[in-house]
Amino acid sequence: MVAQEQEKHKPMIHVHDLWKSYGPFKVLQGLSLDVFEGETLVILGRSGVGKSVLLKQIIGLEKPDKGFVEINGTSIIDIPIQKRFKDVKKMGMLFQNAALFDSMTIEENTVFYLRQHEKIPEKELQERARKALQMVGLEGSEKKMPSEISGGMKKRAALARVIIYEPAIILYDEPTAGLDPITSVHINELINKTKEELKATSIVVTHDLRSALEVGDRLALHHEGKIEKIASKEQFFHIEDPLIQSFFEKASLKGVYD
Amino acid sequence: MYEIGVGSLPVVAITGFSTGMVLAAQSFFQLSDKGLASATGLMVTKAMLVELGPVLTAFMVTGRVGAAICAELGTMNVTEQVDAIRAMAVNPLRYLVAPRFIAGISMLPLLTIFSCIMGIMGGYMIAVYYYGMSPSSFLDPLPDHVDNFDVFSGIVKGLVFGIIIITICCYRGITTKGGAAGVGRATTNSVVVCYIVILIGNFLLTLGLNNSYEYFQEAFGW
Repeated sequence: MVAQEQEKHKPMIHVHDLWKSYGPFKVLQGLSLDVFEGETLVILGRSGVGKSVLLKQIIGLEKPDKGFVEINGTSIIDIPIQKRFKDVKKMGMLFQNAALFDSMTIEENTVFYLRQHEKIPEKELQERARKALQMVGLEGSEKKMPSEISGGMKKRAALARVIIYEPAIILYDEPTAGLDPITSVHINELINKTKEELKATSIVVTHDLRSALEVGDRLALHHEGKIEKIASKEQFFHIEDPLIQSFFEKASLKGVYD
Repeated sequence: MYEIGVGSLPVVAITGFSTGMVLAAQSFFQLSDKGLASATGLMVTKAMLVELGPVLTAFMVTGRVGAAICAELGTMNVTEQVDAIRAMAVNPLRYLVAPRFIAGISMLPLLTIFSCIMGIMGGYMIAVYYYGMSPSSFLDPLPDHVDNFDVFSGIVKGLVFGIIIITICCYRGITTKGGAAGVGRATTNSVVVCYIVILIGNFLLTLGLNNSYEYFQEAFGW
């Protein structure tokens, strides 16, 4: 989506002047951000700068000290998640360590949302779980426990748990962290496939530049509690900013878009 | 309920039974040379019903169930499983805490009664089969001196201890921070706090129940 087109549309997610501290540590310091419908915004940044904190603010797991988050023009900070899902938009989050419920099978994990919120017969639940797991390439793993599968499979199962209820917004917290390059490529492909099939608006936080290039429509640099730079994937590489250039150099990606 | 109730039966049975045996042995030993051996059954029954049954059951359930609840919820919290529940618009208090709370407050009184029965059985066996008391000497004083209020006291204590254990352990679990070390600290802390609160609570409950004895006698004809 080009800049002029975006200006015509109101952002789906509007983060305004977000502040969050933990004791003396100021994590978010007036962070503002717009995400447009259907796009995938990748937020890059070093470990520990507060990328995950930002996602938790957006989905409502934590409240900011100051500032607000709007979804389609509705401020959601004071709306409980349950009401938010019902009245504003369904959201889903892929956690850094997958956060599968380890007392449940993969199938039970996958249908968790549906079981809690929708009255669906058991057979249909199983069918929908099968389809979701098939989409992430985990067919046949329905009865396995999370402890019996690999890290990459856990991430895919966690993604199946999100996509089964077709959220309008999906937040990915370090989706490729701790995975080997081949599994990372699979996860990136899944993120793209999910975007294509669900038409979901996505925010991906990562420090993996290769992943950012594969899944992002726009890239943003999170630095010292703020979004330092934001641009389309192609433009981002040409920004003459020492911070960004140093980021690329460290990741050996300089010259990819030359 | 199965995990808290049925799962705790063996440990509660062993604790109640052995405590009843010790109580009978001590009572008989201490009272027989004063001509009060016939009070053995009464001592065992009263002590088990109003004090030892509820407190020991609560201790056992704290160690077996409370610690497990705290560790489980703590692990879920530090591995973001609780966040995942919330992120899917499910209230973790309703989903994780409420079922444990209901199971705890319904199972503790039942386990307390079970522990008391086992204690009385243990005491009976020692008094009758080891010290040679006649069964009637052990059992006959009971209908006259053990009343509904004693049973009521034990059940009320079991109920309150159930609330204490589940509340403390769930709270400590769901607020755990700091990875595996944090889970360990939270679990130890929850057990220690439970023991202290149970002991203090037992004292206060004893005072409160004893002071309300006359009220219950008049109100219910006990």
